[in-house]
Amino acid sequence: MKLRMLTVLLLLVLPLAAAEKPATAKPVATAMPLFRWENFTTANGLPDNHVFTVLVDRDRVWAGTENGLALYEHGNWKVFTPADGLAHRAVLSLALDKRTGDLWVGTMAGLSRISAGRIDTYTQLNSGLSNDVVYGVGVQDDFVWTATAAGASRLDTRTGEWSLYNERNTPMAEIWVYAVSTGPDKVYFAVWGSGVLEYTIATGRWKDYTDPDGENEIVLFKDQGLIHKITTSVSYVDKTLWAATYFGDSHYDGRTWHNFMAKDSGLPSNFTNQVRGLDATRAWFCTDKGLAYYDGVNWAVYRPALDTGKPEMYIRDADGKITPVPVETAPAHNYILGIDFQGDDVWVATAKGLSHGVRQR
Amino acid sequence: MRRGLGIALACAAAAVALALLSASLPHVQASAPDSDEQYLSPSEMAFSPDGRLLYVVCERSDQLLVVKVKDGTVLYRIHVGHIPRTVAVSPDGRQVFVSNSWDDTVSVIDTATLSVTRKIQTGAEPYGVVVDRTGKTLYVANRITSDVSVIDTATGVERKRLLAGHGASYLAISADGTRVYCTHVYPRIGEQRTVPQSEVTVIDTAREAVVERIPLEGVAGMFHVAVSTDGRLGVIGQMRPKNLVPLAHVEHGWVFGHSLTVFGADAGGTIEVPVDELEHYYSLQYGVAIAPDKSHIFVSASGSDIVTVIDTKRLLAFARSRRKPFVNDLSASANYVLARIAVGKNPRGVLMSPDGKRLYVANRMDDTLSVIDTVGNKSVGTIDLGGPKNITALRHGEQLFTTSRYAFQGQFSCANCHIDSTFDGLTWDLEPDGFGQDIVDNRLIEDLSGTEPFKWNGGNPSLTVECGPRTEKYFYRSESYSEKELAHLVFYILNLPLRPNRFRLSNGQLTDAQERGKAIFNRKVNKFGKPIPEGNQCSYCHSGPKYTSQLQFDVGTGKWTDRSPIFDTPQLVNVALTAPYLHDESARSLEEIWTVFNPRDRHGMSSDLTKDELNDLIEYLRTL
Repeated sequence: MKLRMLTVLLLLVLPLAAAEKPATAKPVATAMPLFRWENFTTANGLPDNHVFTVLVDRDRVWAGTENGLALYEHGNWKVFTPADGLAHRAVLSLALDKRTGDLWVGTMAGLSRISAGRIDTYTQLNSGLSNDVVYGVGVQDDFVWTATAAGASRLDTRTGEWSLYNERNTPMAEIWVYAVSTGPDKVYFAVWGSGVLEYTIATGRWKDYTDPDGENEIVLFKDQGLIHKITTSVSYVDKTLWAATYFGDSHYDGRTWHNFMAKDSGLPSNFTNQVRGLDATRAWFCTDKGLAYYDGVNWAVYRPALDTGKPEMYIRDADGKITPVPVETAPAHNYILGIDFQGDDVWVATAKGLSHGVRQR
Repeated sequence: MRRGLGIALACAAAAVALALLSASLPHVQASAPDSDEQYLSPSEMAFSPDGRLLYVVCERSDQLLVVKVKDGTVLYRIHVGHIPRTVAVSPDGRQVFVSNSWDDTVSVIDTATLSVTRKIQTGAEPYGVVVDRTGKTLYVANRITSDVSVIDTATGVERKRLLAGHGASYLAISADGTRVYCTHVYPRIGEQRTVPQSEVTVIDTAREAVVERIPLEGVAGMFHVAVSTDGRLGVIGQMRPKNLVPLAHVEHGWVFGHSLTVFGADAGGTIEVPVDELEHYYSLQYGVAIAPDKSHIFVSASGSDIVTVIDTKRLLAFARSRRKPFVNDLSASANYVLARIAVGKNPRGVLMSPDGKRLYVANRMDDTLSVIDTVGNKSVGTIDLGGPKNITALRHGEQLFTTSRYAFQGQFSCANCHIDSTFDGLTWDLEPDGFGQDIVDNRLIEDLSGTEPFKWNGGNPSLTVECGPRTEKYFYRSESYSEKELAHLVFYILNLPLRPNRFRLSNGQLTDAQERGKAIFNRKVNKFGKPIPEGNQCSYCHSGPKYTSQLQFDVGTGKWTDRSPIFDTPQLVNVALTAPYLHDESARSLEEIWTVFNPRDRHGMSSDLTKDELNDLIEYLRTL
């Protein structure tokens, strides 16, 4: 009887124990992605080294910089500026309509649509766009959502109707909307000072998620809600919300919250500019102290070392053990603003150039 | 001061003269059409795959006719949707698709039962329609929404919309099925008083995405596009308006040029070639066909009742010999035009028989098809589709509207500027008021009764004056209309129906945003409770059933080019369709009327509105 109970117990516990470690038998260091980094700056074709955002469209890479939108194709850069019809030279956000191939470009002075080379621009003066500073843009079917300095906007591309969302019709205490992420059922917004806003497509209803302890600098209730209301980025994937703030990051599966801070995770910094979820368990974090990858258990950090500037990669396992990985290349800078994916490769926007992480294993 | 007085006196004298002239002209009342004659107005055609049947779209009768090619017998008349425009046949011949421009649908007709089996929803005002080679995907060009619907023919579900040119209208699919080409009838909305810009939108059918936009500078008003069977040659019928110069040189040809764009590998790029000739014009190059062996190009001039035959080889050789653009050189056409074949009234679509021996031409204004022998380049017959033989005043008026025979050297007709009886999206420097003065937008002419006076300065008391002496003197510079003709033309225009509004809910209700906008439109106090002066209330000037008080006001929109800042209050019906806005098209969107051109609240009180509220107002305006 005791043996049978022990067997049952083991059957229950073993899978849990296994879940604490990476599923593969590989050592953690070899299981985490390793990249050879190729960096692009003004020295090799980029219009500006301040890269705010990056987007991959099949074999084409778009980089939103402080001085134009750059397209990398067939080994060459082509740059779009206001002279080509772009709303502004400072490009803050990008979104691809995968059905049509059209690119939506959020800038410091309006929203542009690039469709097979043609550029149409929407501003707060010539359209219903809520504000010209377009921090974020996302495509949901025929709707284009924008996160702006004065609330969120939604353009119905079939009818041309604009709908505005702000403190008057949503639980948005502040209207500085910093990012948007669209999914098949919900649209999420990172609202600076107002947490995360959730829009349910089927009902048209809004819900807000804010820091439960209401403390700007102190986290009293770590996993009971959003880590902080100064949100900078959201990523909605597999019905899971990833949210970034300047004071740590959050993961919400619809029932429970899990928060990450530098002191108790592999995050190199709490100051996160962007988070991109790959699925419900894995995500990339763009922080001011490097690029971090989280596989659900372990963390990997990629950056030029903060002190020496030499290429650096390290892995933090589930036990908190830090293992350096010898590397010869690193992203262009440790201040990371954005990331996108090209197969196994990554493209990373940094404060001093665009980086292409060529997957090595 | 003296100059001002002089202008005022001149204006007063002109007003008196026009009033006297008006009194002497036949008076035409706006009333219901004088007859319910069921004209057909055939516009487009398609062959059955075996070439034995011809499907003919009839705009006026809302029908698709099935015509036996052998003897021209009309076998069947199938009722489709309202104002059908174009037709396509599935590769297996089992289905025929007809775009219904006023219903925003495509009728699907089963060729076995010759019945409409389904209506597929499209974008607003569908025109061109093509099916891909598999028969699984339908492409529809939507004129109002300026896009192309991509539709699954099996389910009728619209998969996506692709951005096309302003007023997307006509489509052609390459013989190998890899590309769909789309033209558009209105120029791109851009900076005011700049050279019109158009594009050929090229869609990759494998990706169902736009992969190229061929730019066409100086072009406004593109119609059919045709692609050769080997895919190496494309041809588009088009207009080149000369709207940036004063309309004072009609006799020098400075109004419209009628031309083709030739593109593709054979052309080595994009070439614009004139079809007009010295001292005679061929207006509105509408339908285009390329012979199977590419030897000839056929193009209908719908304002001139002519089909022009072009020798392709000579055209391309001539184009290669010219290093500079020659689209404005009217002597060029003599080098490649082989024949001008007279056909019926207002020829529109042209269709080459599968063997290339016959060209069929849909004569929209006399309900016939012309049959042209493409070897001898001569008309060899006419198929009477069975329309009424009696010509009513309304029908006669439409015939006058579409013909260019009254203009000097046949340069243009009413329909050049009022494309399909709408507008052209251009500004013109029309009047003999000095070059560069009084630049005016071309207004919509639907449902005009009760909107007089006409012109942006309100100077024409009636359409009789507008279409009579004004047109004769300032536009056509040629033969004037007889009294009867003028009466019929005015009668036609006054009875142009209003297209359905696409922005109202199907149940006639307003959305919440539209209701809020309506309240703003009708408000009499501002947001702070202070009364808004009458003249600054939207609904004061834009009053009545057409949203015009028929009075003239200075709303602060005058420019240095305007002799007077006082303008007629335009009607607002279907205002959503007519961007750009204001008398001179300086506002590219409805928003810019208030965000850019209303700094002192003279064009309605708007400075107290939030962005949300302005959006609501615009949502309401779009329902009018």
